[in-house]
Amino acid sequence: MSNTATENEHDPLIPHGHQQTGRVGDRIFRGFASGAGIFVLVIMGAIGAFLIWKSIPSLQADSTNFFTTTEWFPDDNPAVFGIAALLFGTVISATIAMVLAVPVGIGIALFIAFYAPRPVASTLAFITDLLAAVPSIIFGLWGLAVLMPNMQGTAQWLNDYLGWIPIFDNTLGIYSKSLFIAGVVLAIMVLPTVSAVTREVFIQVPSEHVEGALALGATRWEMVRMAVFPFSLPGMISAAMLGLGRALGETIAVALILSAAFTINWHITEPGGNSFAANIALKWNEAGPIGLSALIASGLVLFLITLVVNMLARWIVSRRKDFSGAN
Amino acid sequence: MAKRIDVSDLDIYYSKFLAVEGVTFSVEPRTVTAFIGPSGCGKSTVLRTLNRMHEVIPGAYVNGKVLLDGENIYDSDVDPVNVRRTIGMVFQRPNPFPTMSIYDNVIAGIKLERTKGVKRDRASMDAVVEKSLRGANLWEEVKDRLSRPGSGLSGGQQQRLCIARAIAVEPQVLLMDEPCSALDPISTLAIEDLIEDLKERYTIVIVTHNMQQAARVSSTTAFFNLAGIGQPGRMVEMGPTAKIFSTPTEKATEDYVSGRFG
Repeated sequence: MSNTATENEHDPLIPHGHQQTGRVGDRIFRGFASGAGIFVLVIMGAIGAFLIWKSIPSLQADSTNFFTTTEWFPDDNPAVFGIAALLFGTVISATIAMVLAVPVGIGIALFIAFYAPRPVASTLAFITDLLAAVPSIIFGLWGLAVLMPNMQGTAQWLNDYLGWIPIFDNTLGIYSKSLFIAGVVLAIMVLPTVSAVTREVFIQVPSEHVEGALALGATRWEMVRMAVFPFSLPGMISAAMLGLGRALGETIAVALILSAAFTINWHITEPGGNSFAANIALKWNEAGPIGLSALIASGLVLFLITLVVNMLARWIVSRRKDFSGAN
Repeated sequence: MAKRIDVSDLDIYYSKFLAVEGVTFSVEPRTVTAFIGPSGCGKSTVLRTLNRMHEVIPGAYVNGKVLLDGENIYDSDVDPVNVRRTIGMVFQRPNPFPTMSIYDNVIAGIKLERTKGVKRDRASMDAVVEKSLRGANLWEEVKDRLSRPGSGLSGGQQQRLCIARAIAVEPQVLLMDEPCSALDPISTLAIEDLIEDLKERYTIVIVTHNMQQAARVSSTTAFFNLAGIGQPGRMVEMGPTAKIFSTPTEKATEDYVSGRFG
C-alpha cells in the first residue's frame, strides 16, 4: 500500500512534492509508530547500561566468585557475595509456579473458550480478568495468612508419599516459609494472567478450523489438540512468558513468605531460600555503597535471565513459522 | 460404501427459533444432489443437519428423522462424533489445518480412528495419502512437497486438499457446502470434474449458489425458499435436475431458476 502514491503519475488528491512520502496523516502516523518503536529500544538500552554501569564497582570489589558464592556480605572488607542462592531460589520458585500455573491456566482457558455454557463462560472470564489485576501484595498477604498454614498438610503429604523424590523429602519436619509455598503463591498469582491471555488466543482460532476438525469426527478434546493447540502455540508460549516474567520478578509476595536464607537447599518444602527481587527489596535500605552496587549487579542477572528466556521462547516459536497459520 | 439418505419431517431449531420446517426428501446412493435457493433459506442448515454439524452452535436441535441406510442418526444412542466420521464435509472456505503439512492434513481424519483397528504404519499411511490425493486430483501437483504446509497452496488446491482429507477416511456420504464459492473459475472447474469422479463411489450432497454449477454436476436438485419474510425456510420442490431447470412444478422454482427473483 505504501508505494501506491509513488506509482501514480499524479494523484490529484496528493499535492506535488508529497508523492514520495505519502499523505500528511500517513507521515505523522509513521513517525509516531517508529518513534514509539525506537523509544522501547532506547529504554531497554538505558536500563541495561544503567545496570552494567552501576554494578561494576561491586563486581570489582567482590573477593569471591560472583556466580557460585552463596553468601551476601558486600559491605564487609573484603566484600564476599554471590548470586548462587538467589539464582537457585528464583529459578526454583518460578519453575514451581510455571509447572502449576500453565496447565491449570490452559485448562481454565479451554473451559471458558470451548466447554462452558455461555453465561458461565462470560462470568468466569470476567473473574479471571479481575484476578489478573489484583496487586501482588494482596496475594502475598493471603499466601502468608491463609495459604501457608493450610499448605502444611500438602507439603507433609509430599514428604510422606513422594519423599523418595529428593526434592520432596523434608528432613526438618518444618513445612512453612519454604520455596514450595512461595512457588504455589506465585502460581496462583500468575494463573489469571496465563489463563486470560491463553483464552484470548483460543478465541482467535478461526471457526473454520474448529469446524473442520469436528466434521472429521473429532471429539471436542481431539479438536482442541488438532486445531486449537497447534494454532495457538505461539500465543500460549507468550502467555507462559508473561506469567514467568511476573513470577521471576515478584518481590513482595516472595519476601513476605520466604525466611530469607542464603542457601541452596534442594528440599523445597523446607524453610529457606531467597530470590533476586525479594533480596533487593529486603537489603536495599541497609546497604552501603558496595552493597547497593551488588544488589544492582544481582538485578542485572535477573534482567539477563528474563531476556534469555524470552529470546528462547521467540526462537521456539519462529522455528515453526511456516506452519504458524499466518501465511 | 455409499449409503442412501432419507429425511422425513425435519424441523430445525436454533433455541426457540424455527429455522427450517417440514423437510422431507431422499438421496440415492452414488448420486449428486444439489441444494439451491436464495441466501438465508436454510439450505446450508439442512446440509449441516445431515452430519449433525449444526449442533456445534449452542442451542441448535432438530425434530424429525434423518435415516442413513435406515438408521436414524438422531437416535439417542448415536454419538454425533461417529456420525461425522462416516459423513464427510467440505466447507465454503478451504480450511486445511495451517499447522499441518499436506501429508498430515490428508491423514488427520485417519489419526482419529482408533476403533476400527486401522493400520497406521508409515507404508499404509503413505498409500492412503497417495490414494486420497489422487482421488482429489491433487497428487501430481503436490507429490514433491508433501511435507510443506497445506496453507501454502492456492485456494483451489487447498479445497482439493480438504476433499482429499474428507475422502481419506472413506466416508459413506460427502457433504459440500458451497465448495467453489471462494474459488476462481479454473479451480471451480477442477472441483466440478472431481465431483463427477467422486459420485462413482460416494453419495454427494452439494449446496451451491451457482445454478449453472447445480445444472452441471447434479442429477437431482432441490429448491429451498423462505415461506415468507420472518417465516422458516422450507423445501419448495425436488426433482431431476433437468426437470427443475426446464419445467419445474412450482411457480417459485421457475421464477428462481429463470432469474426473475433471488
